[in-house]
Amino acid sequence: MIEDSTLAKAKVIVVTSGKGGVGKTTTTAAIGAELARRGNKTVVIDFDIGLRNLDLIMGCERRVIYDFINVINEEATLSQALIKDKREPNLYVLPASQTRNKDALQQEGVGKVIELLKNDFKYIICDSPAGIERGALMALYYAEEAVIVTNPEVSSVRDSDRIIGVLNSDSKLAKEGGEVKKHLLITRFSPARVKRGEMLSIEDIQEILAIDLLGVIPESPAVLSASNQGVPVTLDNDSDAKLAYRSAVDTLLGEAPAKIAPASTKSWSFLRIFKGETV
Amino acid sequence: MSILDLLRFKQKSSASKAKERLQIVVSHQRADGQKPNFLPQLHREILEVVSKYTNIDQDKIHVELQNEGDFSVLELNITIPQQS
Repeated sequence: MIEDSTLAKAKVIVVTSGKGGVGKTTTTAAIGAELARRGNKTVVIDFDIGLRNLDLIMGCERRVIYDFINVINEEATLSQALIKDKREPNLYVLPASQTRNKDALQQEGVGKVIELLKNDFKYIICDSPAGIERGALMALYYAEEAVIVTNPEVSSVRDSDRIIGVLNSDSKLAKEGGEVKKHLLITRFSPARVKRGEMLSIEDIQEILAIDLLGVIPESPAVLSASNQGVPVTLDNDSDAKLAYRSAVDTLLGEAPAKIAPASTKSWSFLRIFKGETV
Repeated sequence: MSILDLLRFKQKSSASKAKERLQIVVSHQRADGQKPNFLPQLHREILEVVSKYTNIDQDKIHVELQNEGDFSVLELNITIPQQS
């Protein structure tokens, strides 16, 4: 399967958050698809054993035959389990199993599969389940970089801090005396609500978590629309969220500094003038 | 400064309350993360030993580890009820 012997060393990136429902799977799909669109051979792996959803967000749910656990247990080969994306030739999905056996993910088996993937892929994106149990620990164990998906909301920020602590103590790199490079991705952000003092600002979140900002994804109807159709946001029609994810990938690749959320939509109204806002 | 801003002035915004609460909870969380993980086990074992000789409640034993620059202090505080 190796096509290019000069292939740069593969990079393992975990998308994690501690808290559920903040946009890990959306982010995995969006970033993975965008890296592939730019010509990088990329695989996205679902670590949420028993509750797989990355296949659905990627739109390949009806093509799942073998899964991650089948590969670990040598019931299928890696190439049998990998699903090639129909839109991007460089994009592959490794789906999670629907088994309810929590012990199915063993560190040794996961390591073996990641090593195999490293021979063929430039980017290996691990979609972590919520929580800090086995699935989440396995998803982050082999990571060199981590995207911490955070909503501007107290429980999400606290859980992000917790997962940063876990990355600093339980990842393979940390255990070897190194450090996982951590990126903050703020999702479901609403500049108008920050302005009204109803929502934590980007600066507030950065100050608390103290990690580098990767990007800010605005609260956008485009995200639900993309997931309804099984299309990664970055491959869907143009939208604010798509632009924000593309900028985040620029930053991930070191091509541009993180972009602060796009300006909120302006509205002219009597109330606005009454409030004394300058337009 | 507008009319609405003046009306709102007295009340702190919910976002700044969120920030304050987070700063506190996160600093505790990080301090807990620094603690060696043998502490709960140590706590249990001390409780076992002490309760062999006296009646004692779980919450009468405090085990605290404090960092003081280049050394750490393990502080044990055991309150034993008066023998009747």
